[in-house]
Amino acid sequence: MPLELATVSPLFAEFPFEWNYIRSIVRVSLYVSLVAVALSTLFSLPIALLIGFKEFRGKTLLTSIINTGMGFPSVVVGLIVLFAVSGQGPLGSLDLVFTPEAMILSQFVLATPVITGVSLAAVSSVEQNVRDAAYAMGGTRFDVALVTIKEARYGIATALLAGFGRAISEVGSVLIVGGNIAGADGESYTRTLTTAIQLEARQGRFETAMILGAILVVLVLLVNAIVVRLGSGNGGYR
Amino acid sequence: MPIHRREMLAGIGGGATIGLAGCTSSSDGGDDDEPEISGETITLTTTTSTYDTGLIDELNAPFEDRYGVTVDTVSQGTGAALETGRSGDSDVVMVHARSLEDEFIEDGYGVNRRDVMFNDFVVVGTSDDPAGITGGNDVEAALTTIAEKGATFVSRGDDSGTHAKELELWDAAGVGEFGEWYREAGQGMSEVIMQVGQTGDYTLADRGSFLSMQSEIDLDIHVEGPIEGGPELLANPYGIVAVNPAVHDGVEYDLSMAYIGYLTGPEGREIIEEYTLEGEQLFFPEAISEEPNFQQYVPEDWAPSEADD
Repeated sequence: MPLELATVSPLFAEFPFEWNYIRSIVRVSLYVSLVAVALSTLFSLPIALLIGFKEFRGKTLLTSIINTGMGFPSVVVGLIVLFAVSGQGPLGSLDLVFTPEAMILSQFVLATPVITGVSLAAVSSVEQNVRDAAYAMGGTRFDVALVTIKEARYGIATALLAGFGRAISEVGSVLIVGGNIAGADGESYTRTLTTAIQLEARQGRFETAMILGAILVVLVLLVNAIVVRLGSGNGGYR
Repeated sequence: MPIHRREMLAGIGGGATIGLAGCTSSSDGGDDDEPEISGETITLTTTTSTYDTGLIDELNAPFEDRYGVTVDTVSQGTGAALETGRSGDSDVVMVHARSLEDEFIEDGYGVNRRDVMFNDFVVVGTSDDPAGITGGNDVEAALTTIAEKGATFVSRGDDSGTHAKELELWDAAGVGEFGEWYREAGQGMSEVIMQVGQTGDYTLADRGSFLSMQSEIDLDIHVEGPIEGGPELLANPYGIVAVNPAVHDGVEYDLSMAYIGYLTGPEGREIIEEYTLEGEQLFFPEAISEEPNFQQYVPEDWAPSEADD
């Protein structure tokens, strides 16, 4: 093992942007953003359904608060999350600062208003009579929710994509809470595509920055394609 | 028969070892499973100048191999790096602004400061030198000229070690009025150098950062630092200090001290000395010295109180 490392490390020194570097950055980016979006979906979808189904005072206000949250500046979220996870913050004992998990937390905060807001719009647009029909056919509240989700699935897919897009393309907060850390061997720990691009650009290595940028765009396209494919593939929408 | 069994056990053992090896290397790029502290992590906050030159990676790799400790390096400005240490979010801090380091120690957040290495600051600018400051290596006169001619000067403006030094230099040059020619970028060294390359005239840079970017931009050194015969005023010493475990009991104090020991020991010295970019040595180690240097452990103006007998 030490021998192997000894022969490999000079290679990395000569080509700092080895395949390993890029691969680990892509892995960290995807891990953080996908987990954040998955958690956020589990959290946002029930809320969107609840708000969508219920009529209550202040619904319009709540909806506009969620919609405002969509444009919340990511650096501010980063700062708030940093204070929360920092040694003296309320979550300080979890030792999350400068970890991928802290980045997941900040991306969760960023993606949640987007996913909630867009799904809420989708759910609200499912016509009342569809819900009534499901209810009339003896469906439980859970069945009605499922029917609604099925009817609104394109809108919800759009919500997930928008949330994912917000998460993976964001620089400010992950830089603050993650610290843009890569190991001496070029293995990324909290360095994502966006923070790596920022770092490469600041060092004037625009070519590497461009390559990473291209990878980021391709990734987002790929995820979009997969989600759209899944959305149109199952269920046999007529 | 027993031989058979033994072979089989050996086979199983070997398999398990291979499996384990696969596990550790895939999970965290970890190390051999021998040392007890293997798998631990320390967080180092340091300046963009040491990180962007690539020196930190060069220093960390052998340390990680030898101690089985991962060093998470976060590169920030000196002010931010110390602030992260103050909140206990990093274990060890390596920066280059003595006054800020002293404050850090005086406030009780840092212990066991050591001098690590030095390089120097240089005034860099576009090759056409609009204010005509080349020659003489008199940094105070050069800054006064820049101010008088109103040539664009891009400042880091980010509370970094370089920024602190720059303010000190303006002070020494007696320039107190900053007009439109003075721009605060609020960014890292490399970004500021890029900015000067594109839209500005001059900036103060540490030699390491400048050399590491020289091939990307068209800028020249107009005032040299002490390494090339310039004034001592432009010296740029780097210090390392551990975060005080009495203030933040969560910090990895022992591992930080191992790291400090490594950096200020013979191995660290060798790596720092041999680290070159474009054929030039960037940093000069100064930790190992036969002459005692008590000043490195205490704030610069510190003197023992009268209780001393």
